[in-house]
Amino acid sequence: MSTRQLNEQEARECKTEQRSYLWGFGLALVLTLIPFGLVAFADVERMTLWLTIGGCALAQVIVHLRFFMHITLAKNKREDLLLVLFTVLILVILCGGTLWILFDLYKRMLPGMMP
Amino acid sequence: MSSGNTRALEGNSRHPGLNLGPAHAQEEDTREEMVFGFWVFMMSDLILFGLLFATYVTMLGGTAGGPGPKELFELKSAFIQTMILLVSSVTFGMASLALKYREDKARLVVWLLVTLALGLAFLFFELKDFHSMFDKGGVPSRSGYLSAFFSLVPLHGLHVTGACIWLVALLGQMAVHGLDAPVKTGILRLAILWHFLDIVWIGIFSLVYLGGLS
Repeated sequence: MSTRQLNEQEARECKTEQRSYLWGFGLALVLTLIPFGLVAFADVERMTLWLTIGGCALAQVIVHLRFFMHITLAKNKREDLLLVLFTVLILVILCGGTLWILFDLYKRMLPGMMP
Repeated sequence: MSSGNTRALEGNSRHPGLNLGPAHAQEEDTREEMVFGFWVFMMSDLILFGLLFATYVTMLGGTAGGPGPKELFELKSAFIQTMILLVSSVTFGMASLALKYREDKARLVVWLLVTLALGLAFLFFELKDFHSMFDKGGVPSRSGYLSAFFSLVPLHGLHVTGACIWLVALLGQMAVHGLDAPVKTGILRLAILWHFLDIVWIGIFSLVYLGGLS
């Protein structure tokens, strides 16, 4: 069993990183409770509700990327950020294209399939 | 959060995700390649999930007279699963920090076991959910909507199952070989998978459960 003795700087770093995970947890918790609370208890107009759910989800994804997966805007991390952003671009094209084509089809030919 | 201290930490990073730092210098180069490669795989997995999300949305209207989201889903159960997965993400973070700063096997193993227990609890509640859906007539073959649901949500559950098996395998490897370099890179990559699955779950609970019940 090798329990390493931490020097002063490492101990400080460890504290900072621990606090960073807890910050991430707190923010994610708030961003989860808001949409669940609205759906469970509040009587909000549908479009506002959907936009709030979407906004909270987006914010929570960013919180997770920043605090749990350590993807940041730091200069030497540009490659990972580029990897994530490029994937998001592909995703937007594929998903957006799918939804656009199919809902256009539904509107013109299958009105019963519109949710 | 952006104190000079954190910035100094980020300045030394060699690959995305948590970096183990100079105390674990051994095989740093291979680790860099393996972790980045795993990120590329993770992103291709994200595209797969993204397209299943798109399929689900296009099938929202295709219930074919069968049960829809309001009849099938329970908000409470979705909330329990969300909380379990969120807490398990944090406990895995604590395990990563135990590895990085202490190289302390006991503490690392305890956090990993807590994470494993939470992962299994998540799977238990998810299966219970599917069971009650089946009882209400919500089987995959009932409608296009349910087929889309059962290709999206259980795929995430399957990923969690895989991650749990991987976690058990890593614990076994650690018991036999100790905390050597392959085990360390294994934990780093599993951490990425675990946090990634939590991100996919954000999409599922927001779009499928909250969107369906509102």
